[in-house]
Amino acid sequence: MTESYKIIDHNYDVVVMGAGGAGLRATLGTVEAGLKTACITKVFPTRSHTVAAQGGIGASLGNMSEDHWQWHMYDTVKGSDWLGDQDAIEYMCRNAVPAVHELEHYGMPFSRTEDGKIYQRPFGGHTRDHGKAPVERACAAADRTGHAMLHTLYQQCLKHKAEFFVEYIALDLIMDDDGSCKGLVAWDLDTGELHRFNAKMVILASGGYGRAFFSCTSAHTCTGDGHGMVARAGLGLQDMEFVQFHPTGIYGSGCLITEGARGEGGYLTNSEGERFMERYAPTVKDLASRDVVSRGMAQEIRDGRGVGEHGEYIHLHLEHLGSEVLWERLPGITETAKIFAGVDATKEPIPVLPTVHYNMGGIPTNYKGEVLRPTADDPNAIVPGLMAAGEAACVSVHGANRLGTNSLLDLVVFGRACGLHAAEVVDSKASFKELKTNDGDEAIARFDRLRWAKGSRPTADIRLEMQRVMQGNCGVFRTSEILKEGVGKLAETAKTLPDVGVSDRSLIWNSDLVETLELENLMTCAAATMNSAEARHESRGAHAHEDYPKRDDEVWMKHTIAKVDTEKGYGVDLTYRPVNTFTLTDEVSYIEPKERVY
Amino acid sequence: MVEFNLPANSVVKEGKSFSAPADAKNVRSFKIYRYDPDSGDNPRTDTYDIDLDKCGPMVLDALIKIKNEIDATLTFRRSCREGICGSCAMNIDGRNTLACLKPIEDIKGEVKIYPLPHMPVVKDLVPDLSQPYAQLASIEPWLKADSPTPPDGERLQSREERAKLDGLWECILCFSCSTACPSYWWNSDRYLGPAVLLQAYRWLADSRDEYTGERLDALEDPFRLYRCHTIMNCTNTCPKGLNPALAITEIKKMIAERRA
Repeated sequence: MTESYKIIDHNYDVVVMGAGGAGLRATLGTVEAGLKTACITKVFPTRSHTVAAQGGIGASLGNMSEDHWQWHMYDTVKGSDWLGDQDAIEYMCRNAVPAVHELEHYGMPFSRTEDGKIYQRPFGGHTRDHGKAPVERACAAADRTGHAMLHTLYQQCLKHKAEFFVEYIALDLIMDDDGSCKGLVAWDLDTGELHRFNAKMVILASGGYGRAFFSCTSAHTCTGDGHGMVARAGLGLQDMEFVQFHPTGIYGSGCLITEGARGEGGYLTNSEGERFMERYAPTVKDLASRDVVSRGMAQEIRDGRGVGEHGEYIHLHLEHLGSEVLWERLPGITETAKIFAGVDATKEPIPVLPTVHYNMGGIPTNYKGEVLRPTADDPNAIVPGLMAAGEAACVSVHGANRLGTNSLLDLVVFGRACGLHAAEVVDSKASFKELKTNDGDEAIARFDRLRWAKGSRPTADIRLEMQRVMQGNCGVFRTSEILKEGVGKLAETAKTLPDVGVSDRSLIWNSDLVETLELENLMTCAAATMNSAEARHESRGAHAHEDYPKRDDEVWMKHTIAKVDTEKGYGVDLTYRPVNTFTLTDEVSYIEPKERVY
Repeated sequence: MVEFNLPANSVVKEGKSFSAPADAKNVRSFKIYRYDPDSGDNPRTDTYDIDLDKCGPMVLDALIKIKNEIDATLTFRRSCREGICGSCAMNIDGRNTLACLKPIEDIKGEVKIYPLPHMPVVKDLVPDLSQPYAQLASIEPWLKADSPTPPDGERLQSREERAKLDGLWECILCFSCSTACPSYWWNSDRYLGPAVLLQAYRWLADSRDEYTGERLDALEDPFRLYRCHTIMNCTNTCPKGLNPALAITEIKKMIAERRA
């Protein structure tokens, strides 16, 4: 069945995988630095999932009220439930203000204040002076901030004549015998040809893996492709048990309603019409961190105070804000509520439910973007030639729970950091390591195996089963029993992967095969997530373990590293590495762990 | 008498039919354009009968149901499923729109689905959009200004100035409008089309941009701009409710005012 494929070879200083916010910002940086860069993306850049971010990008501009990057840093550390690395968090928060100014200078159409500055709104977990009250920190372009940002970055890439390989599916990394990365293999959907990209540096900016779950706000394309490639290269994934449930996904469709809706004054009620968040977070109420609000909602539903015929959702009220405010500041979600919930948000509440939204975990990196291969001797050892940024990466700035607006910030700050670091270490004049004839053979063998797969289970079947296990056994509330059962069920599902059946044999736009390649990546992420969660016997941020309801800093203030054996039934090997309990500079000191109350 | 022949593979033939399960009560037929680039066969339309009681409300839900449960070879672009990424633009029930935002119940009878009109088809519902993408790049869609930016801050822009961008910057580049425009069908090699002209106006309307003159020079051309004959299909079809025709008129007005 195997046939010889036509393979096209390329040499690039830098290859960026992904053209969302992080990938485009990294591409822009390396192109500006004069490095020959290829940006490989499975969708046209402006269709990347960054486009769906709504509420804003966090930066302490102080345009609406007093703010400081140190306050932002404190909120981020607290939001992370002290699992975030404070050197990286310092780097992100102090670079936030120039990053947002840079976006404005690029032409991003931010909303404006009366005096013409960038408009900012309050957001969950962002507070004035270490938790005293909500602060306006989310820099917004109405409720389409991600769209504005992604298009702006793409425009800048066009300006700098960046080279894109659009609708190319990255298959696998090419690793050198010395453990460094020297490129990747990709498949061009349009022509069906396979390409080997020889690169001095590969930057993975491939996004999250929300689609491992049944119900998520994430796009269909969020399938953890970079995660899968890293795992197949024998590298570990970090903190994968931390999956963020966004409090306000529309009941049914899972479409996102921005936290900015609550930032503008929206609030949640249960079936008794009570503003229940006052009980869970007395100070900031509906603007507590996402993990806190999602747990509050799930608890109300469990206690029989959910809204609806079966008490299965919660109401989000915006109608009191008036249609003028809604149409000016929240036009996108007002429309989305109409289309996907059949609700006129100017008149009635929106039915919402906590929905899988973001992966705090991912490919471990340091604040420069270098991918880590932690060993017992050196928890910060790097993989030469490989970097990662954005949701695919775990820097870790979000720790156990990400604050809203910090993802768009993460993208540009660490996308930029990757560009800066690549410019530093890549010598555009140096000659390329030559690719060996058999480099990439494994990737092509995998591709060929799946292309001709004749098993009895369609891709969609296995995927659905995996998604249901993740949804049912790795949700907002977790117990040892549920997680243990989840580990077993998921292993059973993974075991059927060799029996997958693909119907389309074509090389051109074979989306059946694309989804099957993606399924292997998703399964890798799912296995890492479920097993990491089962092992963590504490509650921290988004990981709420009912048998271990307290945070346990003595034992568990450490990052999980999960190695998934993609060859043998997706078994997972867990090790741990310490959290960085130091800051980057002396201008701010380490924030000691304490009780997390909002 | 002169005989005209269509190119060999332009005739769309009847394809396969897939019926709904016997116990289905709320059945709807989806007639979908198929083109297989490997076989070289003529395009065909396959018909899939779907039980709407077991399907989400949107046309995209039906397409995904078909791909997952009936025919995994059916090929189409999709990503965000909430009308912001612009991937799933196609011709549904005779009108260009996004499959993810189009409720099935808004369509009477058989649901006919074709790729965006008048573009080369790569496979099934996947058109080749490289031409409009290249045209987008040709208008240099980025902020151009020579004045130095403030070293530690943003440029100021009043709310009124910023409001001029509303209805322009929200475009998701799905190209439903351009591919609905007969003038674009006819002259897509030289006419920029409504989507790209909307983007052109987005920069003309931005108070921060300082290259209005150069931008207008580049547009002042019998084809690039003036092939718009205010047919208005663009505005009529835009799934985001934007008004490219108005933007084009504004450009024409700016050029007219500049002459005066």
